[in-house]
Amino acid sequence: MAVITRGFGAHRAARNDRLPPGQTQVEDWPVLSAGATPDVDPAAWEFVVVPESGDPVRWNWDSFRALGLEDFTVDIHCVTHWSRLGTQWRGVPLDRVFEHVDTSYDYVMAHSYGGYTTNVPLNELLDGQAWIAFEADGAPLEAEHGGPARLVVPHLYFWKSAKWVRGLRMMPQDEPGFWEERGYNLHGDPWTEERYS
Amino acid sequence: MITHAAWHAATVSTVAAETRNARRITLDIADWPGNAAGQHVDVRLTAEDGYQASRSYSLASAGPSTSVELAVDKVASGEVSPFLVDELQVGDQLEVHGPLGGWFVWRPGDPSGRPVQLIAGGSGVVPMAAMVRAHRDAADPTPFRLLYAVRSPDDVFFVAELARETSDDEADAVRVDFVYSRKAPAGDDRPPGRLTMERLAELVFPESQHPRIFVCGATPFVEQVLTWLKELGHDVDDVRAERFGGA
Repeated sequence: MAVITRGFGAHRAARNDRLPPGQTQVEDWPVLSAGATPDVDPAAWEFVVVPESGDPVRWNWDSFRALGLEDFTVDIHCVTHWSRLGTQWRGVPLDRVFEHVDTSYDYVMAHSYGGYTTNVPLNELLDGQAWIAFEADGAPLEAEHGGPARLVVPHLYFWKSAKWVRGLRMMPQDEPGFWEERGYNLHGDPWTEERYS
Repeated sequence: MITHAAWHAATVSTVAAETRNARRITLDIADWPGNAAGQHVDVRLTAEDGYQASRSYSLASAGPSTSVELAVDKVASGEVSPFLVDELQVGDQLEVHGPLGGWFVWRPGDPSGRPVQLIAGGSGVVPMAAMVRAHRDAADPTPFRLLYAVRSPDDVFFVAELARETSDDEADAVRVDFVYSRKAPAGDDRPPGRLTMERLAELVFPESQHPRIFVCGATPFVEQVLTWLKELGHDVDDVRAERFGGA
Protein backbone atom coordinates (compact mmCIF):
# COMPACT_ATOMS: atom_id res chain seq x y z
CA MET A 1 0.00 0.00 0.00
CA ALA A 2 1.60 3.20 -1.16
CA VAL A 3 2.05 6.09 1.21
CA ILE A 4 0.05 9.12 0.03
CA THR A 5 1.93 12.40 0.13
CA ARG A 6 -0.43 15.20 1.11
CA GLY A 7 -0.93 17.78 -1.62
CA PHE A 8 1.22 16.11 -4.25
CA GLY A 9 0.08 15.79 -7.85
CA ALA A 10 -2.04 18.92 -8.22
CA HIS A 11 -0.03 20.45 -11.05
CA ARG A 12 1.08 17.48 -13.06
CA ALA A 13 0.99 17.14 -16.82
CA ALA A 14 -0.67 14.31 -18.76
CA ARG A 15 1.38 11.16 -18.70
CA ASN A 16 2.67 9.54 -21.88
CA ASP A 17 1.79 5.83 -21.94
CA ARG A 18 5.19 5.05 -23.45
CA LEU A 19 6.70 5.95 -20.06
CA PRO A 20 7.34 2.98 -17.75
CA PRO A 21 6.31 3.40 -14.11
CA GLY A 22 8.43 5.81 -12.11
CA GLN A 23 9.87 7.50 -15.22
CA THR A 24 9.73 11.16 -16.25
CA GLN A 25 10.11 12.28 -19.86
CA VAL A 26 13.08 14.56 -20.61
CA GLU A 27 13.91 16.48 -23.76
CA ASP A 28 17.62 16.89 -23.06
CA TRP A 29 19.93 13.97 -22.59
CA PRO A 30 21.36 13.54 -19.09
CA VAL A 31 24.80 12.00 -18.72
CA LEU A 32 25.53 9.39 -16.06
CA SER A 33 28.77 7.50 -15.74
CA ALA A 34 30.81 6.23 -12.83
CA GLY A 35 34.14 7.82 -13.66
CA ALA A 36 36.07 9.65 -16.32
CA THR A 37 35.03 9.80 -19.97
CA PRO A 38 37.51 7.68 -21.99
CA ASP A 39 39.00 9.22 -25.11
CA VAL A 40 38.75 6.45 -27.71
CA ASP A 41 40.16 7.06 -31.19
CA PRO A 42 38.02 5.36 -33.87
CA ALA A 43 41.24 4.46 -35.73
CA ALA A 44 42.31 2.42 -32.70
CA TRP A 45 38.84 1.12 -31.78
CA GLU A 46 38.25 -2.56 -32.09
CA PHE A 47 35.39 -4.84 -31.19
CA VAL A 48 36.16 -8.32 -29.89
CA VAL A 49 33.78 -11.16 -29.08
CA VAL A 50 35.24 -13.97 -26.94
CA PRO A 51 33.24 -17.22 -27.13
CA GLU A 52 33.86 -20.35 -25.08
CA SER A 53 36.52 -21.61 -27.50
CA GLY A 54 38.68 -18.72 -26.32
CA ASP A 55 39.35 -17.74 -29.95
CA PRO A 56 38.37 -14.08 -30.16
CA VAL A 57 36.45 -12.79 -33.17
CA ARG A 58 37.78 -9.29 -33.99
CA TRP A 59 36.71 -6.33 -36.07
CA ASN A 60 38.20 -2.88 -36.57
CA TRP A 61 36.24 0.33 -37.16
CA ASP A 62 35.70 -0.24 -40.88
CA SER A 63 35.15 -4.00 -40.85
CA PHE A 64 32.65 -3.77 -38.00
CA ARG A 65 30.59 -1.03 -39.63
CA ALA A 66 30.68 -3.08 -42.86
CA LEU A 67 28.60 -5.74 -41.05
CA GLY A 68 25.66 -3.50 -41.87
CA LEU A 69 24.57 -0.19 -40.38
CA GLU A 70 20.89 0.49 -39.86
CA ASP A 71 18.85 3.38 -38.50
CA PHE A 72 16.56 2.77 -35.56
CA THR A 73 14.35 4.92 -33.35
CA VAL A 74 13.72 3.80 -29.78
CA ASP A 75 12.72 5.02 -26.32
CA ILE A 76 15.44 4.85 -23.66
CA HIS A 77 14.88 4.60 -19.92
CA CYS A 78 17.46 5.43 -17.24
CA VAL A 79 17.24 3.85 -13.78
CA THR A 80 17.53 7.40 -12.35
CA HIS A 81 13.94 7.99 -13.56
CA TRP A 82 14.37 9.86 -16.84
CA SER A 83 13.21 8.55 -20.20
CA ARG A 84 14.00 9.97 -23.61
CA LEU A 85 11.40 9.03 -26.21
CA GLY A 86 11.98 8.58 -29.93
CA THR A 87 15.77 8.75 -29.85
CA GLN A 88 17.27 8.26 -33.32
CA TRP A 89 20.33 6.07 -33.72
CA ARG A 90 22.54 4.45 -36.35
CA GLY A 91 24.38 1.24 -35.61
CA VAL A 92 25.02 -2.42 -36.32
CA PRO A 93 22.44 -4.87 -34.97
CA LEU A 94 23.89 -7.60 -32.73
CA ASP A 95 22.22 -10.12 -35.06
CA ARG A 96 24.89 -9.26 -37.68
CA VAL A 97 27.66 -9.73 -35.10
CA PHE A 98 26.48 -13.14 -33.93
CA GLU A 99 26.33 -14.47 -37.50
CA HIS A 100 30.13 -14.69 -37.06
CA VAL A 101 30.29 -16.10 -33.52
CA ASP A 102 30.03 -19.79 -32.66
CA THR A 103 28.67 -20.11 -29.12
CA SER A 104 26.26 -22.19 -27.10
CA TYR A 105 26.55 -19.96 -24.03
CA ASP A 106 23.42 -18.03 -23.03
CA TYR A 107 24.90 -14.99 -21.28
CA VAL A 108 27.03 -12.04 -22.33
CA MET A 109 29.26 -9.65 -20.42
CA ALA A 110 29.77 -6.38 -22.28
CA HIS A 111 33.17 -4.77 -21.69
CA SER A 112 34.03 -1.10 -22.19
CA TYR A 113 37.09 1.07 -22.60
CA GLY A 114 37.59 2.43 -19.09
CA GLY A 115 36.75 -0.90 -17.47
CA TYR A 116 32.94 -0.78 -17.21
CA THR A 117 31.07 -4.06 -17.54
CA THR A 118 27.40 -5.07 -17.71
CA ASN A 119 25.69 -8.44 -18.17
CA VAL A 120 22.83 -9.25 -20.57
CA PRO A 121 21.24 -12.57 -21.60
CA LEU A 122 22.11 -13.35 -25.24
CA ASN A 123 18.48 -13.86 -26.23
CA GLU A 124 17.81 -10.23 -25.26
CA LEU A 125 20.49 -8.97 -27.66
CA LEU A 126 19.21 -10.81 -30.76
CA ASP A 127 16.12 -10.53 -33.00
CA GLY A 128 16.46 -6.80 -33.52
CA GLN A 129 16.57 -5.93 -29.82
CA ALA A 130 20.11 -4.49 -29.55
CA TRP A 131 22.75 -2.62 -31.51
CA ILE A 132 26.27 -1.28 -31.37
CA ALA A 133 25.54 2.39 -32.14
CA PHE A 134 27.86 4.97 -33.69
CA GLU A 135 25.48 7.89 -34.19
CA ALA A 136 22.64 9.51 -32.27
CA ASP A 137 20.33 12.30 -33.42
CA GLY A 138 22.08 12.34 -36.80
CA ALA A 139 25.61 13.00 -35.54
CA PRO A 140 28.55 10.87 -34.38
CA LEU A 141 28.02 9.80 -30.80
CA GLU A 142 29.64 12.28 -28.43
CA ALA A 143 32.21 10.91 -26.00
CA GLU A 144 30.08 11.66 -22.93
CA HIS A 145 27.26 9.61 -24.44
CA GLY A 146 29.59 6.69 -25.10
CA GLY A 147 31.21 7.62 -28.43
CA PRO A 148 32.67 6.41 -30.63
CA ALA A 149 30.55 3.27 -30.03
CA ARG A 150 28.10 2.08 -27.39
CA LEU A 151 25.80 -0.83 -26.85
CA VAL A 152 22.09 0.06 -27.07
CA VAL A 153 19.56 -2.33 -25.49
CA PRO A 154 16.52 -0.08 -25.28
CA HIS A 155 14.13 -2.53 -23.62
CA LEU A 156 16.34 -2.65 -20.51
CA TYR A 157 17.40 0.18 -18.18
CA PHE A 158 20.09 2.21 -19.86
CA TRP A 159 22.96 1.18 -17.58
CA LYS A 160 22.86 -2.04 -19.65
CA SER A 161 23.65 0.00 -22.78
CA ALA A 162 27.40 0.09 -22.10
CA LYS A 163 29.17 3.25 -23.30
CA TRP A 164 32.59 3.05 -25.03
CA VAL A 165 31.94 -0.62 -25.71
CA ARG A 166 34.91 -2.69 -26.87
CA GLY A 167 33.61 -6.22 -26.84
CA LEU A 168 31.51 -9.06 -25.47
CA ARG A 169 32.52 -12.10 -23.48
CA MET A 170 30.28 -15.17 -23.58
CA MET A 171 29.37 -16.77 -20.24
CA PRO A 172 27.72 -20.13 -19.40
CA GLN A 173 25.68 -18.51 -16.63
CA ASP A 174 24.64 -15.03 -15.62
CA GLU A 175 27.16 -12.99 -13.62
CA PRO A 176 26.87 -9.43 -12.34
CA GLY A 177 28.67 -6.55 -14.07
CA PHE A 178 29.83 -3.26 -12.57
CA TRP A 179 26.54 -1.78 -11.31
CA GLU A 180 24.94 -5.19 -10.79
CA GLU A 181 27.68 -5.98 -8.25
CA ARG A 182 26.81 -2.69 -6.54
CA GLY A 183 23.17 -3.37 -5.90
CA TYR A 184 21.50 -2.95 -9.29
CA ASN A 185 19.16 -5.62 -10.58
CA LEU A 186 20.75 -8.45 -12.57
CA HIS A 187 18.18 -8.01 -15.38
CA GLY A 188 16.79 -4.44 -15.41
CA ASP A 189 13.33 -4.37 -17.02
CA PRO A 190 11.96 -0.78 -16.78
CA TRP A 191 8.33 -1.90 -17.12
CA THR A 192 8.50 -3.98 -13.95
CA GLU A 193 10.89 -1.51 -12.26
CA GLU A 194 13.74 -4.00 -11.86
CA ARG A 195 15.99 -1.22 -10.55
CA TYR A 196 17.79 -2.75 -7.62
CA SER A 197 18.60 -6.23 -6.33
CA MET B 1 29.45 -4.47 1.77
CA ILE B 2 26.19 -3.26 0.33
CA THR B 3 23.26 -2.84 2.66
CA HIS B 4 20.23 -4.35 1.03
CA ALA B 5 18.04 -1.49 -0.19
CA ALA B 6 14.31 -1.45 0.43
CA TRP B 7 11.29 0.86 0.38
CA HIS B 8 10.71 2.71 3.61
CA ALA B 9 7.90 4.96 4.80
CA ALA B 10 9.34 8.30 5.89
CA THR B 11 7.88 11.18 7.89
CA VAL B 12 9.11 14.74 7.47
CA SER B 13 10.48 15.90 10.83
CA THR B 14 12.01 19.27 9.91
CA VAL B 15 12.20 21.56 6.90
CA ALA B 16 14.48 24.60 6.73
CA ALA B 17 15.63 26.98 4.04
CA GLU B 18 19.11 26.00 2.90
CA THR B 19 19.57 28.79 0.32
CA ARG B 20 17.06 31.02 -1.44
CA ASN B 21 16.53 28.17 -3.90
CA ALA B 22 17.07 25.08 -1.80
CA ARG B 23 15.72 23.44 1.29
CA ARG B 24 17.01 21.02 3.87
CA ILE B 25 14.58 18.22 4.72
CA THR B 26 14.98 15.78 7.60
CA LEU B 27 13.10 12.50 7.41
CA ASP B 28 12.40 10.04 10.19
CA ILE B 29 12.55 6.49 8.87
CA ALA B 30 11.87 3.97 11.62
CA ASP B 31 13.37 0.98 9.80
CA TRP B 32 16.29 2.80 8.14
CA PRO B 33 19.40 0.55 8.22
CA GLY B 34 21.86 3.46 8.21
CA ASN B 35 23.94 4.55 5.24
CA ALA B 36 27.47 5.34 4.14
CA ALA B 37 28.58 8.85 3.20
CA GLY B 38 27.90 9.51 -0.49
CA GLN B 39 24.97 7.12 -0.92
CA HIS B 40 21.65 8.25 -2.36
CA VAL B 41 17.96 7.43 -2.20
CA ASP B 42 15.01 7.40 -4.52
CA VAL B 43 12.19 9.55 -3.17
CA ARG B 44 8.69 8.53 -4.28
CA LEU B 45 5.64 10.75 -4.00
CA THR B 46 2.16 9.31 -4.48
CA ALA B 47 -0.88 11.48 -5.16
CA GLU B 48 -4.32 10.63 -3.81
CA ASP B 49 -5.36 9.22 -7.19
CA GLY B 50 -2.37 6.85 -7.25
CA TYR B 51 -0.17 8.91 -9.57
CA GLN B 52 3.49 8.58 -8.62
CA ALA B 53 6.74 10.39 -9.32
CA SER B 54 10.23 9.41 -8.18
CA ARG B 55 13.59 11.17 -8.16
CA SER B 56 17.06 10.36 -6.90
CA TYR B 57 18.67 12.54 -4.22
CA SER B 58 22.02 12.28 -2.51
CA LEU B 59 21.93 11.95 1.26
CA ALA B 60 23.58 14.75 3.23
CA SER B 61 23.78 12.51 6.30
CA ALA B 62 25.65 9.30 7.05
CA GLY B 63 25.85 6.79 9.85
CA PRO B 64 23.42 4.59 11.78
CA SER B 65 20.79 7.25 12.61
CA THR B 66 17.19 6.68 11.52
CA SER B 67 16.91 10.42 10.91
CA VAL B 68 18.26 11.19 7.43
CA GLU B 69 18.81 14.50 5.72
CA LEU B 70 18.32 15.71 2.14
CA ALA B 71 19.21 19.09 0.67
CA VAL B 72 17.08 19.68 -2.39
CA ASP B 73 17.81 22.35 -4.99
CA LYS B 74 14.70 23.55 -6.83
CA VAL B 75 14.69 22.85 -10.57
CA ALA B 76 12.28 25.49 -11.85
CA SER B 77 10.75 23.32 -14.58
CA GLY B 78 10.66 20.26 -12.37
CA GLU B 79 7.73 18.39 -10.90
CA VAL B 80 9.17 16.94 -7.71
CA SER B 81 11.78 19.42 -6.48
CA PRO B 82 9.41 22.47 -6.43
CA PHE B 83 6.98 20.39 -4.37
CA LEU B 84 9.71 19.31 -1.95
CA VAL B 85 11.12 22.85 -1.64
CA ASP B 86 7.90 24.88 -1.55
CA GLU B 87 5.06 22.67 -0.36
CA LEU B 88 6.24 19.75 1.76
CA GLN B 89 5.49 20.26 5.48
CA VAL B 90 6.53 18.73 8.77
CA GLY B 91 4.43 15.62 9.39
CA ASP B 92 3.95 14.80 5.71
CA GLN B 93 4.74 11.28 4.57
CA LEU B 94 6.56 9.97 1.54
CA GLU B 95 8.52 6.89 0.54
CA VAL B 96 12.26 6.42 0.33
CA HIS B 97 14.11 3.60 -1.43
CA GLY B 98 17.61 2.96 -0.28
CA PRO B 99 20.30 3.32 0.74
CA LEU B 100 21.53 3.12 -2.86
CA GLY B 101 24.95 3.18 -4.48
CA GLY B 102 28.19 1.58 -3.36
CA TRP B 103 30.53 3.47 -5.66
CA PHE B 104 30.47 7.18 -4.85
CA VAL B 105 31.09 6.40 -1.21
CA TRP B 106 33.67 7.29 1.43
CA ARG B 107 34.09 5.23 4.58
CA PRO B 108 36.36 6.10 7.52
CA GLY B 109 39.39 3.97 8.19
CA ASP B 110 40.82 3.66 4.68
CA PRO B 111 44.15 1.85 5.30
CA SER B 112 45.66 3.21 2.06
CA GLY B 113 46.33 6.54 3.78
CA ARG B 114 45.64 8.39 0.52
CA PRO B 115 44.35 11.92 1.05
CA VAL B 116 40.81 12.64 -0.18
CA GLN B 117 40.00 15.51 -2.52
CA LEU B 118 36.34 16.47 -2.92
CA ILE B 119 35.39 18.72 -5.85
CA ALA B 120 31.80 19.99 -5.88
CA GLY B 121 29.87 22.21 -8.27
CA GLY B 122 26.70 23.82 -6.86
CA SER B 123 24.30 21.33 -5.27
CA GLY B 124 26.86 18.61 -6.08
CA VAL B 125 28.18 19.38 -2.62
CA VAL B 126 25.42 17.33 -0.93
CA PRO B 127 27.15 13.91 -0.94
CA MET B 128 30.41 15.68 -0.05
CA ALA B 129 28.76 17.17 3.02
CA ALA B 130 27.95 13.65 4.16
CA MET B 131 31.61 12.70 3.68
CA VAL B 132 32.86 15.76 5.58
CA ARG B 133 30.51 14.98 8.46
CA ALA B 134 31.47 11.28 8.50
CA HIS B 135 35.13 12.29 8.56
CA ARG B 136 34.52 14.53 11.59
CA ASP B 137 32.25 12.08 13.42
CA ALA B 138 34.88 9.33 13.11
CA ALA B 139 37.76 11.71 13.95
CA ASP B 140 39.34 10.10 10.90
CA PRO B 141 42.92 11.25 10.28
CA THR B 142 42.70 11.07 6.47
CA PRO B 143 43.65 14.49 5.05
CA PHE B 144 40.54 15.95 3.39
CA ARG B 145 40.11 18.94 1.11
CA LEU B 146 36.91 20.24 -0.43
CA LEU B 147 36.94 22.52 -3.45
CA TYR B 148 33.45 24.00 -3.74
CA ALA B 149 32.59 25.91 -6.91
CA VAL B 150 29.44 27.95 -6.31
CA ARG B 151 27.73 30.98 -7.81
CA SER B 152 27.74 33.31 -4.81
CA PRO B 153 27.96 33.22 -1.00
CA ASP B 154 24.13 33.11 -0.93
CA ASP B 155 24.17 29.81 -2.80
CA VAL B 156 26.46 27.94 -0.41
CA PHE B 157 24.92 24.81 1.12
CA PHE B 158 25.91 23.66 4.63
CA VAL B 159 27.30 27.04 5.63
CA ALA B 160 27.52 26.24 9.34
CA GLU B 161 29.10 22.82 8.89
CA LEU B 162 31.71 24.11 6.44
CA ALA B 163 32.47 27.15 8.61
CA ARG B 164 33.10 24.80 11.50
CA GLU B 165 35.68 22.92 9.45
CA THR B 166 37.43 26.06 8.26
CA SER B 167 37.55 27.61 11.75
CA ASP B 168 38.93 24.43 13.31
CA ASP B 169 42.70 24.29 13.40
CA GLU B 170 42.90 20.65 14.41
CA ALA B 171 44.97 18.64 11.97
CA ASP B 172 42.01 16.47 11.02
CA ALA B 173 39.75 19.38 10.02
CA VAL B 174 38.74 19.53 6.38
CA ARG B 175 40.27 22.33 4.35
CA VAL B 176 37.49 24.05 2.40
CA ASP B 177 38.17 26.30 -0.60
CA PHE B 178 35.46 28.23 -2.38
CA VAL B 179 35.54 29.40 -5.98
CA TYR B 180 32.74 31.92 -6.59
CA SER B 181 31.68 32.26 -10.22
CA ARG B 182 29.37 35.31 -10.04
CA LYS B 183 29.77 37.10 -6.74
CA ALA B 184 32.50 36.82 -4.13
CA PRO B 185 32.03 37.71 -0.46
CA ALA B 186 32.97 41.24 0.63
CA GLY B 187 36.68 41.40 1.33
CA ASP B 188 37.49 38.29 -0.70
CA ASP B 189 40.93 38.67 -2.23
CA ARG B 190 39.88 37.27 -5.59
CA PRO B 191 37.35 38.61 -8.06
CA PRO B 192 34.53 36.19 -8.92
CA GLY B 193 35.11 33.98 -11.92
CA ARG B 194 34.71 30.46 -13.14
CA LEU B 195 37.04 27.74 -12.02
CA THR B 196 40.17 27.50 -14.17
CA MET B 197 42.79 24.80 -14.48
CA GLU B 198 45.28 27.04 -12.68
CA ARG B 199 42.93 27.50 -9.70
CA LEU B 200 42.17 23.80 -9.67
CA ALA B 201 45.91 23.03 -9.58
CA GLU B 202 46.34 25.41 -6.63
CA LEU B 203 43.42 24.05 -4.65
CA VAL B 204 43.61 20.26 -4.98
CA PHE B 205 46.09 17.77 -3.56
CA PRO B 206 48.85 17.37 -6.15
CA GLU B 207 49.19 14.21 -8.17
CA SER B 208 52.37 13.42 -6.21
CA GLN B 209 50.21 12.79 -3.12
CA HIS B 210 48.04 10.34 -5.12
CA PRO B 211 44.72 11.60 -3.72
CA ARG B 212 41.45 9.77 -3.99
CA ILE B 213 39.18 12.22 -5.84
CA PHE B 214 35.40 12.56 -5.83
CA VAL B 215 33.74 14.99 -8.27
CA CYS B 216 30.03 15.87 -8.26
CA GLY B 217 28.14 18.53 -10.16
CA ALA B 218 26.42 19.35 -13.42
CA THR B 219 27.69 17.40 -16.41
CA PRO B 220 29.72 20.20 -18.10
CA PHE B 221 31.40 21.01 -14.77
CA VAL B 222 32.34 17.39 -14.12
CA GLU B 223 33.61 16.83 -17.66
CA GLN B 224 35.73 20.00 -17.49
CA VAL B 225 37.19 19.10 -14.09
CA LEU B 226 38.03 15.57 -15.24
CA THR B 227 39.80 16.94 -18.31
CA TRP B 228 41.89 19.29 -16.17
CA LEU B 229 42.70 16.61 -13.59
CA LYS B 230 43.98 14.44 -16.41
CA GLU B 231 46.13 17.30 -17.75
CA LEU B 232 47.49 17.81 -14.23
CA GLY B 233 48.66 14.21 -14.20
CA HIS B 234 46.00 12.60 -12.03
CA ASP B 235 44.91 9.06 -12.86
CA VAL B 236 41.35 9.89 -13.90
CA ASP B 237 40.42 6.20 -14.17
CA ASP B 238 40.60 6.28 -10.39
CA VAL B 239 38.34 9.34 -9.96
CA ARG B 240 34.75 8.80 -8.85
CA ALA B 241 32.30 11.15 -10.52
CA GLU B 242 28.60 11.91 -10.27
CA ARG B 243 26.97 14.05 -12.92
CA PHE B 244 23.54 15.61 -13.11
CA GLY B 245 21.62 17.45 -15.81
CA GLY B 246 21.85 17.32 -19.57
CA ALA B 247 24.96 17.37 -21.72
